[in-house]
Amino acid sequence: MAEENTPKKPSGLSRMQRRNRRTFLRSIAVGVTVIGASVLGFFPVLKGWTKRLRPPGAIHEDEFLAACIKCGQCVQVCPVEAIKLGDLDEGFGVGVPFIQARDQACDFSCDAVQCILACPTGALSHDINKKEEVHMGLARVSRLDACLAQLGKGVKGAAREQGFMGRLRYAEIDRWVPIKVNDHPYDLDICDLCERVCPIEGAIVVKTVGTGADRFGYPEVMEKCVGCGVCEMICPTDPPAIVIDIRETWKAEA
Amino acid sequence: MLASLKVMLGMTPPRKPGQREYSPGARSLHNVKRDIQGKKERVAAIKAERDLDRSNKWRNRRWATLIIINLLFVLSFQFDVQLVEGALTASRVLGFHFADLNAALQVMLAYKVILINLVIGTGTVLIMWWLLGGRTFCSWVCPYHLLSEFAEKIHLWLAKANIVRDFPLHRGTRTVLYVVFALLAVVSGYTVFESISPTGILSRAMIYGPGLALLWVAGLLVFEVFVTRRAWCRYVCPIGLTYGFVGATAPVQVTYNLEDCLHEGDCRALCMVPHVLEMTKKGYARDVDVAVGPDCTRCGMCIDICPTNSLNFEVKGLKHFL
Repeated sequence: MAEENTPKKPSGLSRMQRRNRRTFLRSIAVGVTVIGASVLGFFPVLKGWTKRLRPPGAIHEDEFLAACIKCGQCVQVCPVEAIKLGDLDEGFGVGVPFIQARDQACDFSCDAVQCILACPTGALSHDINKKEEVHMGLARVSRLDACLAQLGKGVKGAAREQGFMGRLRYAEIDRWVPIKVNDHPYDLDICDLCERVCPIEGAIVVKTVGTGADRFGYPEVMEKCVGCGVCEMICPTDPPAIVIDIRETWKAEA
Repeated sequence: MLASLKVMLGMTPPRKPGQREYSPGARSLHNVKRDIQGKKERVAAIKAERDLDRSNKWRNRRWATLIIINLLFVLSFQFDVQLVEGALTASRVLGFHFADLNAALQVMLAYKVILINLVIGTGTVLIMWWLLGGRTFCSWVCPYHLLSEFAEKIHLWLAKANIVRDFPLHRGTRTVLYVVFALLAVVSGYTVFESISPTGILSRAMIYGPGLALLWVAGLLVFEVFVTRRAWCRYVCPIGLTYGFVGATAPVQVTYNLEDCLHEGDCRALCMVPHVLEMTKKGYARDVDVAVGPDCTRCGMCIDICPTNSLNFEVKGLKHFL
């Protein structure tokens, strides 16, 4: 019957049926596209394109991405505004907090690990009560040949290049208000900034050897290091001579 | 109730009921309406009267609410007043935990650990949105809804000029995607949907600054302007379905009264979810008063446009107290 009336349409379907079929196919196309777009988020994560230093208390990376509800409450409480949120290029890391230590490290100015207290989902583990229990990574002297201490050089004036906006809390200036690193000039014969500004006592030690003009130092990272990245931020060489290995754990040297 | 849930999930709304299926009141009203003379002129006159003094009362209230709520998030962070901390996915309102139901669901499915703070936040929000009507969240809070409304206006304007045409999808698409996103979260262990949720992306962009993710949102809006009217809210967004379930038994509802209705269909033409307004078609209302189904976002646009005040907000059970 349909064939007689509509000779041009060999499928033998009525107008209604053809319209429904088109709608159905269109729905599948859109559905597949939306799911495809969402699943694209896998790639940056699997490939580790954007390995990020996470805020204090972050649980294992995979679980962290799952547990984080992407609300940014940790961003809001941080007194030095160290925490940023991931963008589209991070796939499932969209809206997930991270710290760019070279620009602004976590210096535990807040003392009580505010970001952990703010986290509504426990993606930043509430098991941690003080900064010494945090584990974000481990500092590593990556360019010993560039290290000022190693070269026997000191620091006069600002630690970082002009225009650097990073802030630190200096207990001797104001216990509660962080100030710009560059507003706090130094006058050191041998650079020991990484040890000097480290918020964890005994996490890094700059040992000096020799005397007079031959005097030089070398920084040594200790087991207590929590990987906060303040040393990476303060390091006057560019690129920094000391960096954080994200989520790395301490191994005693053999 | 069950039937309306099925319609929300994508089933075609029931056909026109037979004479026996009407309640006695509805039957006599339907019969009276059939015999009215000069109906066309009457509809034209009533509409002309409405257009003399068009009210956008509910739309204005809704836009104001939506903007104020989102502004509270932004200003609260800008000026560090700690009124509403966080973003739409999760927040603290005056210190109380709030969590978006869909975001919390995705986190629980992916992380598979029940988090006490999240349960508290979810419970608070569940009660709040159950009282206020579930999808009320969509039209009164969600920032994407507002942008999408503008995209829809452009789409309709272009359609009128015959430049674009609406390519509708099957409403069951959203239900399928809902299940797929839930399964993806469980299997992959990641909150897959959250990475493309325009609600979360927009909320964070406003509070913490814009990013590349806005390109995705822009792409969605372009699609809605040129291809499918209100594609995301109508056919995709799992947040809408989550809140739809929550609001299925909500006290705040839009209700329809058959008596004065002219059945001209202005309400269905502008409704984002017109399948909930099936009863406004001539001969479709089984009762004199019919509650609008759970997919309704309580946006109030049908109330604004109705020339005969046949659609109204109602708080169920309030009559008993007053």
